[in-house]
Amino acid sequence: MPGTPALTEATYYILLSLHEPRHGYGIMQQTEELSGGRVRLAAGTLYGALNTLCDKGWIVLRTVDEDSRRKEYLLTDKGREILINEVRRLKELARNGEMILGEEM
Amino acid sequence: MERKTINKWFWVWQFEEEEKWLNEMASSGWVLESVGYCRYTFVRCEPGAYTVRTEMRPYDDQYVKFMEETGAEYIGRMMMWIYFRKKTEDGVFDLYSDIDSKISHLDRIGKVLLAIGGANLLIGLANSLNPGTRFGWVNLLVATLLMYGLGRIHGKKEALEKERELHE
Repeated sequence: MPGTPALTEATYYILLSLHEPRHGYGIMQQTEELSGGRVRLAAGTLYGALNTLCDKGWIVLRTVDEDSRRKEYLLTDKGREILINEVRRLKELARNGEMILGEEM
Repeated sequence: MERKTINKWFWVWQFEEEEKWLNEMASSGWVLESVGYCRYTFVRCEPGAYTVRTEMRPYDDQYVKFMEETGAEYIGRMMMWIYFRKKTEDGVFDLYSDIDSKISHLDRIGKVLLAIGGANLLIGLANSLNPGTRFGWVNLLVATLLMYGLGRIHGKKEALEKERELHE
């Protein structure tokens, strides 16, 4: 994908966590679990990123049940496409790194 | 519950020092319970039972609700500063985990300083030219202070931007 800018680690893990619908705290937990505790999304950072992603149309917010006003986020088709492109880009990075440093790793 | 109130002044560019002090209080068994103008009220707690965080953010009900869902407790707000605490047993508590969001926080602070500082500059200049009032210097002094604050915030931002050239 020429010209596709790299995602930040936070954006990447948010989109990846939303492979299944989740609420904010669920995204934080899933990210921490997936990265083996390495990546922790702070709540303020996550809140800002979620709003930006909603504005861009990569994710949407939906109200789960009207009474508790519980909300969860969903990945859109556009978001999924961007995530798939990013995985391809990361594979390229990793492949090149392994090819050159292969024996040292 | 045993309580105590401390009056303390922090300049706007000292928000990190303020937060550090609030956490030192929590470590010594006093956790922030409410905030007022230069006034902090603490309540007794197990030493180190809480982490306290503060940030500048325009009032946002959704945000407070979001924070509460992540296990943080809303303490209160003073001017545009908002205070949260979270039990340390519930995990690490930070508001910002990457450079971009730290920079946008500093930008928010900078915008407010610029707006208030600019207004004081204009009022100060207008008052200095108006022979009917002798207090134009007060606004000019406030404007100078706020512009100094803006410079300090900008310095923090530049340091982060330099870091961002290498990583997130």
